[in-house]
Amino acid sequence: MTRVDQLRRANSGFMTTLTALCTLMAVGALLVILAHIAWQGIGSLNWQFLVDRPRPVGEGGGIGNAIVGSLLLLLISSAFGLPLGICVGIYLSEIGRGRLGGAVRFIVDTLTGIPSIVTGVFVYAIVVLPMKHFSAFAGGVALALIMIPIVARTTEEMLKLVPHSLREGALALGAPQWRVILGVVVPAAAPGIATGAMLAIARISGETAPLLFTAFGSRFFPESLNEPIASLTVQIYNYAISPYDEWHAQAWAATLVLMTLVLGINIMVRFLTRKKF
Amino acid sequence: MPVQTAAPKIEVRPSAPVQTTSSKAKVAVRNLDFFYGRMQALHAISIEIPERIVMAFIGPSGCGKSTFLRTLNRMNDVIPHTRVGGEVLIDDHDIYAPGTDVVDLRRRVGMVFQKSNPFPKSIFDNVAYGLRINRVTSSGSELQGRVEQALKDAALWNEVKDRLKTSALSLSGGQQQRLCIARALAIRPEVLLMDEPASALDPIATSKIEELIFDLKKQYTIVIVTHNMQQAARVSDRTAFFLLGKLIEVNATEKMFTAPSEKLTEDYITGRFG
Amino acid sequence: MFRILMSLVALLMVGIVVAMVIALAADAMPSIRQFGFGFLKGQSWNPIKGEFGALPFIYGTVASSLIALLISVPFSLGIAIFLVEQAPHYIARPVGFLVELLAAIPSVVYGLWGIFVLAPFLRQYVQPALATLFGWTPFFRGTITGIGLLTGGIILAIMVTPIISAVVRDVLAAVPGSQREAALALGATKWEMIRVVLVNGAPGIAGAVILGLGRALGETMAVTMVIGNRPQVSLSLFDPSYTIASAIANEFTEATGDLYLSSLVELGLILFLVTFIVNGIARLLVWNVTRRTGGVGRAA
Repeated sequence: MTRVDQLRRANSGFMTTLTALCTLMAVGALLVILAHIAWQGIGSLNWQFLVDRPRPVGEGGGIGNAIVGSLLLLLISSAFGLPLGICVGIYLSEIGRGRLGGAVRFIVDTLTGIPSIVTGVFVYAIVVLPMKHFSAFAGGVALALIMIPIVARTTEEMLKLVPHSLREGALALGAPQWRVILGVVVPAAAPGIATGAMLAIARISGETAPLLFTAFGSRFFPESLNEPIASLTVQIYNYAISPYDEWHAQAWAATLVLMTLVLGINIMVRFLTRKKF
Repeated sequence: MPVQTAAPKIEVRPSAPVQTTSSKAKVAVRNLDFFYGRMQALHAISIEIPERIVMAFIGPSGCGKSTFLRTLNRMNDVIPHTRVGGEVLIDDHDIYAPGTDVVDLRRRVGMVFQKSNPFPKSIFDNVAYGLRINRVTSSGSELQGRVEQALKDAALWNEVKDRLKTSALSLSGGQQQRLCIARALAIRPEVLLMDEPASALDPIATSKIEELIFDLKKQYTIVIVTHNMQQAARVSDRTAFFLLGKLIEVNATEKMFTAPSEKLTEDYITGRFG
Repeated sequence: MFRILMSLVALLMVGIVVAMVIALAADAMPSIRQFGFGFLKGQSWNPIKGEFGALPFIYGTVASSLIALLISVPFSLGIAIFLVEQAPHYIARPVGFLVELLAAIPSVVYGLWGIFVLAPFLRQYVQPALATLFGWTPFFRGTITGIGLLTGGIILAIMVTPIISAVVRDVLAAVPGSQREAALALGATKWEMIRVVLVNGAPGIAGAVILGLGRALGETMAVTMVIGNRPQVSLSLFDPSYTIASAIANEFTEATGDLYLSSLVELGLILFLVTFIVNGIARLLVWNVTRRTGGVGRAA
């Protein structure tokens, strides 16, 4: 073999090794980050930490109110975001045709690309300002706005996977379109829609920026939806940028809690959608 | 077939091609078995393919002729879970022996596919691709000369000589297939494998390709898989009939289509099945 | 009836986007009226004096995103190539999932890790080495603190890699096998064959990179926590910087006075328009490569 041929083959081996290295480094980065979270967070994690509300430096305290707050925000946003998102998904898949359908799809795509901080500014303008205070409600709206396009897209894709023969069979029996969609197509796609919803929930449970000036944050357990509310993510942020070591440790522990939720949902979804063949 | 030694490369073709068929077989296959996973697709195939002839493989769909063709340039290696038993000797070297340089094998045994697959590049760059990666030429003008020659050999030059830099995808189906043939010829392989090269083409394009094959056999050993018996009869010197992964008969084409030795062959040829 | 309901919901989406543009523009009006186009060129951001110029933020946003892409694109390509062209199926699926998990980590968590792990690491080992090797260029000068433009760029690179590599994976997987076989049949080595695949996928790859750019431009929390948040235009990667998103996140609730607030909103409007355009271009290039359903998302 000539020198040139040897170089070609060596180059091929070199490049293919490089790509493997890139992949290794990416997986390595993931493991390093997760390891740090586990290692740093486990120290401060205890029952008291999970149920107590924040206390001044030196007095311990915990993220109990933040956990409750995050759950409440999830509930509010899902209450708006899931139904609306699924409806938009149904529209895109089953109803919207031609120019109008294309325009709506374009709009939904646009919405997915909007930085979440901008969404936060928008909700500040239309909810917080008129109400004259921060609120859990505003935070829920902001998260819902982020959630809707995500859920819409996954719903649309799952509905599109339902074979046409199913629709045609129902229509041929004389069922009106709305019955076909709600009674046949959506149930057929339900598992996929559900996993899409779960991933959207995982995604917004990690959102911080849009909550900064809508839900704002609080040191107390929530008593109404009409007042500012704490959340895990904002709490982590506040603790992280504070000058106190004790609060840094609490930030890690809170991150451990958050990551357990987020990773748990992602792994569960992956498990549920694994191909069985 | 060199096995990672500095064997001399055969680059120059005799300018006055000799029409005799050599008695030494270019390709000799001995007891070839082929498995897709656990399914055996080829059973104990033994065949000799002499130099500078056109050998046609015929048989009903799914009989293994394409699979067998692809074993000759180890194209099946890209499919996972395949296994080969037996020997495939090209110039007396077993290409499945461990340590065989597959990249070099494929440079010497070219292939044209059923559906034309030009790269999304210009016509010139398509034909030049094999020359460039194998560093065959050493100057720009030499490269241009080789590209021109290959396009002429593929009977495409006159149609494209004014637009060599345009995209290959702007050609018609028949032209694209001839481009793929030119691309394969440019690096002067010793054997050219053609997997149903005209099956996706209209009759006019098909007859152009068939004329081309007839011309090419003066220089190359050609193995062509076809489901079209008439095409095999028109174009080939020898024909091999496959059925269910087994080689039923190999014969001179004229004899195969007028007085085949096997009953199964006769049944297939006369249309009793397939 | 059903159709009408669904269509109304769909139109609601349109309404939301329209409302967003109007609300942002309206609240940014005082600042727009005050500064006009000079806002984009203004170098000084001094709330006390009432001076609001966007240039430091535009610079910080663009610079950090470019650094992120410079680092991320080679890695993302390498990962996608490895997973599609080299790794056997039983490795590619779990490893691909792990890479995608990087996208599921919330931005604030990246920020936390950035402050307490990445920044010290950069300060102790990487930045001194860079200063020694490249200190003669204007890019690696100044005090080494571990917090700054470089750190922001690196964190963004990690965050953006799973997105770019996931799209490139889809693009490469969509390249027909006949192209690969054509290259191999001509005696190409594995890497030469991969290059043919890359040529085939070039438009989609470009789209993936621009999609990554769009995400990087809008990233907020992680960047805010590691970039230093000082509004200045400085060539040195060691110096602190400030992005549009970080500025809004940091100063919005502290903003006193209409002009201050509307300047921040104007920044938000600029960010909205820029990401809108960038994402539009990306989707044009990648429109026919649909993302796998329910892919892990990312929070900011």
